[in-house]
Amino acid sequence: MKKIIPINRMTLCQRLRNYLHSPLSFLIFLLVTLAALFSVFILLFLVVYILIMGIPHLTPELFAFKYDSDNVSMFPAIITTVQTVILSLLIAAPLGIGCAIYLTEYAKKSNRLVPIIRLTAETLSGIPSIVYGLFGMLFFVTALHWGFSLLAGVCTLSIMVLPVVMRSTEEALLSVPDAYREASFGLGAGRLHTILKVVLPSAVPGILAGMILAIGRIIGETAALIYTAGTVAQIPKDVFQSGRTLAIHMYALSNEGLHVGEAYATAVVLLLTVLLINTFASVIAKKIAKV
Amino acid sequence: MKKKVLEKGMEILFLITACASIVAVLLICVFMFAGGLPAFGKIGVLNFLGGEKWAPMDVPPSYGILPMIVGSLYVTAGAILIGVPIGLLTAIFMARFCPRGLYRFLKPALELLAGIPSIVYGFFGMVVLVPFVRGTFGGTGNSILTASILLGIMILPTIIGISESALRAVPEEIYEGALALGATHERSVVFTVLPAAKSGLLAGVILGIGRAIGETMAVILVVGNNARIPDSLLKGVRTLTGNIVLEMGYATGLHREALIATGVVLFVFILLLNLCFSVLNRKKKT
Amino acid sequence: MKKFSIENLDLYYGAFHALKNVNLDIDETCITAFIGPSGCGKSTLLKTLNRMNDLVEGCKITGRVLLDGEDIYYNYDVNLLRKNVGMVFQKPNPFPMSVYDNIAYGPRTHGIHSKAKLDEIVERSLRQAAIFDEVKDRLKKSALGLSGGQQQRLCIARALAVSPQVLLMDEPTSALDPISTSKIEDLVQELKKYYTIVIVTHNMQQATRISDKTAFFLLGEVVEYDSTENLFSMPQDKRTEDYITGRFG
Repeated sequence: MKKIIPINRMTLCQRLRNYLHSPLSFLIFLLVTLAALFSVFILLFLVVYILIMGIPHLTPELFAFKYDSDNVSMFPAIITTVQTVILSLLIAAPLGIGCAIYLTEYAKKSNRLVPIIRLTAETLSGIPSIVYGLFGMLFFVTALHWGFSLLAGVCTLSIMVLPVVMRSTEEALLSVPDAYREASFGLGAGRLHTILKVVLPSAVPGILAGMILAIGRIIGETAALIYTAGTVAQIPKDVFQSGRTLAIHMYALSNEGLHVGEAYATAVVLLLTVLLINTFASVIAKKIAKV
Repeated sequence: MKKKVLEKGMEILFLITACASIVAVLLICVFMFAGGLPAFGKIGVLNFLGGEKWAPMDVPPSYGILPMIVGSLYVTAGAILIGVPIGLLTAIFMARFCPRGLYRFLKPALELLAGIPSIVYGFFGMVVLVPFVRGTFGGTGNSILTASILLGIMILPTIIGISESALRAVPEEIYEGALALGATHERSVVFTVLPAAKSGLLAGVILGIGRAIGETMAVILVVGNNARIPDSLLKGVRTLTGNIVLEMGYATGLHREALIATGVVLFVFILLLNLCFSVLNRKKKT
Repeated sequence: MKKFSIENLDLYYGAFHALKNVNLDIDETCITAFIGPSGCGKSTLLKTLNRMNDLVEGCKITGRVLLDGEDIYYNYDVNLLRKNVGMVFQKPNPFPMSVYDNIAYGPRTHGIHSKAKLDEIVERSLRQAAIFDEVKDRLKKSALGLSGGQQQRLCIARALAVSPQVLLMDEPTSALDPISTSKIEDLVQELKKYYTIVIVTHNMQQATRISDKTAFFLLGEVVEYDSTENLFSMPQDKRTEDYITGRFG
């Protein structure tokens, strides 16, 4: 094939000449590009700055098994964070997935409950975390007499991430082609069997992506935890003890202002974890989009 | 027979889980209002919402949250003024100007940044923005301006994401129609595509306002937390959210109820915003 | 008088060779119709005339297209080109704004801001497009409330408002009912007095009804180009004959 030299490609020179005729267009182009540069720059700057300032402070003492005011170890906070994530998902995942199954597989179009469920889920996703924190304090800590405890924090967080799990599961279920369901019904399988054996397995990646997003939110959460899980720097031995997650740990460090270096280091750990987790979620999400 | 019972049982089980969010919202409403409304009665609605003095430790104490309401409004307005124009322009860039190769890298990067925990933003504000504002404009650096800049940055990913998808939802024919009339690419985008995406863009802004007004930890670290009505952008203020976190640790009695009532004010505000948001969304669908 | 002359034009979408060595002259103030089965390249050629193909990624064009003797792909301001060569699309695409603003959009873009001048242009364009009487009471209302046929005439009026020399129409009636279609056809006949019109249509009756010259396209080639009368009554090429007698397509 011979080389094609297209005549419809605009050269930069032509582009600039066109801008001479329309200064307003050039101004728009400039503003839009500058704004994008600024957005990307400031957000990247934040990440890079924290990494550069924080990584030198990542010392082995920071990961000592026990916290004291000398080593301000983040190890107990890391363990608490892992516990919080696991327990919160143990509560939020069944509820969120069950709800999504009901909405997509059982509810009929005329079902009056559906718009209410959607409205409340929307409301939940808009409530600021400090209000969740207050509610958790009033309900779990005070009314149920659980005190500042891992359990109170976990319950508060699971309500908070419920809409995230719900929505991503629902989207995943909706993207399962109806032909799968029909094929399964056609073979004489019941509805439950169809859901558990056919629909859910093909929606697993989407559900997983939603869970990972939820994990990201749990790890980054502070305001909802201060007055529910409390701020004690220890590894809780049971669910009725208080413990501080990594994000709370970081708040305590930055608020005291005594351990800025350690706060930087904690920020690095927090930032990297959340970025990794979210990357993982979007990789999974992209895999689904391709199928 | 047994199978049928199982089927029915599971359906009921799913129905119960589906009601979880309803129960949660009800519980939140009941406990927030039950916890906070008594304070309205004891302090008086006008004294509480309109009182300019917050001094719970004084004898007699005063519980006026007007400074915090004003503080939240200032900081949110500032965040909108900074975040919305930049976010909107960036969204226009992403939807209509970005070369494809660059987009494949920028889009996931911006999405990832939406997940940065607010405490990290707050820390960044504390160690970078506060000294910057102090050095450039004077004052202590813990100010409305600092908090506005920080929140403006924090809502960028939200605004960009929603505005971009609103812009992409505008039919291509409208853009081509404008081009065919001899409008430049830039004019077509700004004067035709942008107005056509109006309701989606507004929804993004509302969501941004919600994020800004509900933000707690990041703001506390940079805003100074002075419970008084400010007379300058460089003065510190306290937000509704900050008020709760700062004092809840040691508050008792009416003081504690007043803090919960502060939460109620915030909660009602957010509910109203959510209402606007869902009304807009519904309008978009029709 | 020649308006457009297309010389040795080849067009590729990526590796797909969509137009093959097209040579065609389009006469002034007459209606030229492009016919052919779908995918034959008739719309593609239409879009090369106002460079809307530039938007398509991977689209490569070689050859020359002259408008009044000037190469529109060489040192020609694209926006000026599109002002001079208006276009009406297959699907009516009014902007989501008022009827008035739809028409005034083009003039405003090209720097006319005086209220009196705009009023005059809006009324003239709407009258030319034979829709003024239907919308004169609702100029300030959204254009999206009009019927499909009205929307399409509004789009024609919008294209006329920037006073183009040529009007390109890409199957302008394919989304419309028969009554709206015949209104548009009458309108096109009327407009040909002032404008050069190129119309793509998949409807052969339409081509015979309204056009003066017709080009028949097949697989990216111009098979035959002649006066409409000749092309339909005594086609020179076997393939044209097959197509117009309905043997394929």
